[in-house]
Amino acid sequence: MHELPQQLANGLALGALYGLIAIGYTMVYGIVQLINFAHGEIFMIGGFGALTAYAILPTGTSLLIAIPVMIIGGAICSVAVACAAERFAYRPLRSAPRLAPLITAIGLSIALQQLVWQFYPDAKKAVSFPEFTGPAFKITENLAIQRADLFVLILAPLCMLALGVFVQKSRSGRAMQATAQDPDTAKLMGINTDRIIVMAFAIGAAFAAVAAVAYGVDKGQINFEMGFILGLKAFTAAVLGGIGNIYGAMVGGVVLGLAEALSIAYIEEIPGMQQLGGGAWSNVWAFVLLIVVLLVRPQGLLGQRVTDRA
Amino acid sequence: MRHRSLLILTTVITTGALTLTACGSRDGGSKDNSGGKKTVVVIGVDAPLTGSLSALGQGIKNSVDLAAKTANKNNEVPGIEFKVEALDDQAVPASGQANATKLVGNKDVLGVVGPLNSGVAQQMQGVFASAKLAQVSPANTNPALSQGDNWGKGEFKRGFDTYFRTAATDVVQGKFAAQYLFKDAGKKKVFIVDDKQTYGAGLAAIFADEFKKLGGEVVGTDHVTVKETDFSSTADKVKSSGADSVYFGGQYPEGGLLADQIKKTGANVPLMGGDGIQDPAFISASGEPNEGDLATSIGYPVEKLDTAKKFIEDYKAEGYKDPYAAYGGYSYDAGWAVIQAVKAVAAANNGKLPTDARAKVVEALGKVSFEGVTGKVAFDQYGDTTNKQLTVYKVEGGKWVDVKSDTFNQ
Repeated sequence: MHELPQQLANGLALGALYGLIAIGYTMVYGIVQLINFAHGEIFMIGGFGALTAYAILPTGTSLLIAIPVMIIGGAICSVAVACAAERFAYRPLRSAPRLAPLITAIGLSIALQQLVWQFYPDAKKAVSFPEFTGPAFKITENLAIQRADLFVLILAPLCMLALGVFVQKSRSGRAMQATAQDPDTAKLMGINTDRIIVMAFAIGAAFAAVAAVAYGVDKGQINFEMGFILGLKAFTAAVLGGIGNIYGAMVGGVVLGLAEALSIAYIEEIPGMQQLGGGAWSNVWAFVLLIVVLLVRPQGLLGQRVTDRA
Repeated sequence: MRHRSLLILTTVITTGALTLTACGSRDGGSKDNSGGKKTVVVIGVDAPLTGSLSALGQGIKNSVDLAAKTANKNNEVPGIEFKVEALDDQAVPASGQANATKLVGNKDVLGVVGPLNSGVAQQMQGVFASAKLAQVSPANTNPALSQGDNWGKGEFKRGFDTYFRTAATDVVQGKFAAQYLFKDAGKKKVFIVDDKQTYGAGLAAIFADEFKKLGGEVVGTDHVTVKETDFSSTADKVKSSGADSVYFGGQYPEGGLLADQIKKTGANVPLMGGDGIQDPAFISASGEPNEGDLATSIGYPVEKLDTAKKFIEDYKAEGYKDPYAAYGGYSYDAGWAVIQAVKAVAAANNGKLPTDARAKVVEALGKVSFEGVTGKVAFDQYGDTTNKQLTVYKVEGGKWVDVKSDTFNQ
């Protein structure tokens, strides 16, 4: 068990990344009850936007200075695409049956992937992304934290804190809560719900851009397909944590990340389970966990039991 | 109730996942006859032209295109003009099968080059066999494709007489890799990772057998999932296992990330793989240096073969956007083999194509023999190449450098 601290750290870092992406799913679902399956691609576009911002910077810029610029560049791209998607793909379908915008989201996801594939220079295969260099921080004999992992572990809670304060304290945040509770009444109270919905998409996209930069500096590469699997995992995290609840998204992400890391490391050490362990089975165990949680708490870890409005 | 709608959503996600992995192929070919009196013969190409393996797929497509253009320019087969119809399989078996059906449906197609992936080939073989359409893969290395499912027990049985390949099998490659790692590199404790695919898992198993036979120890195994990117937990298992080397059965997108993530844990061990990782993208896709990582590949380095010089020049002259990559030479040879077979069929029939041209081309392919880009091109009784040359490459100074070339003998 001497590698336990290391595997916990791996799981936490992975989970924090899932959580950052899951925010986008959960905010949009909380307000318009739409699973925005194109969110994985919004994340991917955030990554390519950040890379473009990096390319504009003079060569040799220190990564610590470059990262804020990259996050802003990535966020500009991802927010623009998310808002455009909301305006032109989802808003016309807002009163349509719920499956219609869902299928639209899937179509949009394919379209965005192909657009990046076609038009971003060299994006037909993985493109390299500036990476943290230097050795990992050695905490103890059995625990070394990669610089990129530390980055996401610091950034994710900060982002969550900022979002929490925004939603609880600011005028727009409260309007957002009101719209989530009852859009019609909120509208009657003078809240511009269209603006609130755009805001939910934009916040989710900005978080996705942060996640994309964290992903890029860790893996050292991004590709046009990366949003698909990560998007699915983040969606799972959002459901696990209770979709609609922003803290739930982060908790769900962390639980999912830990479940994956620990199942890779330890399932095969249980006598008789060698065949069911390792990387091949980590997704299976993550989903077993999801099912067990949903059986016990159908609303997710932090979700509230609400009756469906539809 | 809310969870009922979640159930519907889950169904839709699954549908979405399937749609995404199997989404449509690009139609590359045009069917208009160019107006002349020449008979048009189409060489089909099936390869991943998009997606993470597109670097290899584009190289295959362009090289076959070059073979067809060369044949047309030299009037290699009088009265016949070669065209290429390239279809995209995105490395997805189901797409490959759909493409195979499409190629069979085009009467002008007399031979197909491809696919890249062994798993895709499995789904295409049957379609081609029932249409008696010849298929030459430049890259498939799984032994079962030509020698039958029981090849491991020494029972060789050719399943599809329409299937040929210019690439040597994993039996040759896996054993060659094990011998190099154990004898030349002096590694005794290996950790084996594969990607659960036909190619990767097959290669890893052959490597493991040979490595143990030589006296080496396999200190751990794990599997990764294609298209995933976080392998840090697997990397830490490698580190704590005390392995002095890692063997990876799979392709470069996962291999490159795995190699980097292993090095980041501080475990200073080389990763070795097959021809699937011997691509510049293995090194370039990520910033962490891959110095010392190893890969085997089929044949001698194309750049060092006298026979390949013209190919490289011509490829450059055509100005293709993507490099010919790992399988360019084999793809050119595969395309040229089809052309030679068509030539033989036409020659035996007074310069015209007979009505059963497809079946005749299959027959003729078995007898083809010429000096190709990669050496002598000929097929044995299973449709496998008779060329069993292999090379070990090592990453040095950010590039793949060949360190040992040899002809493999059982």
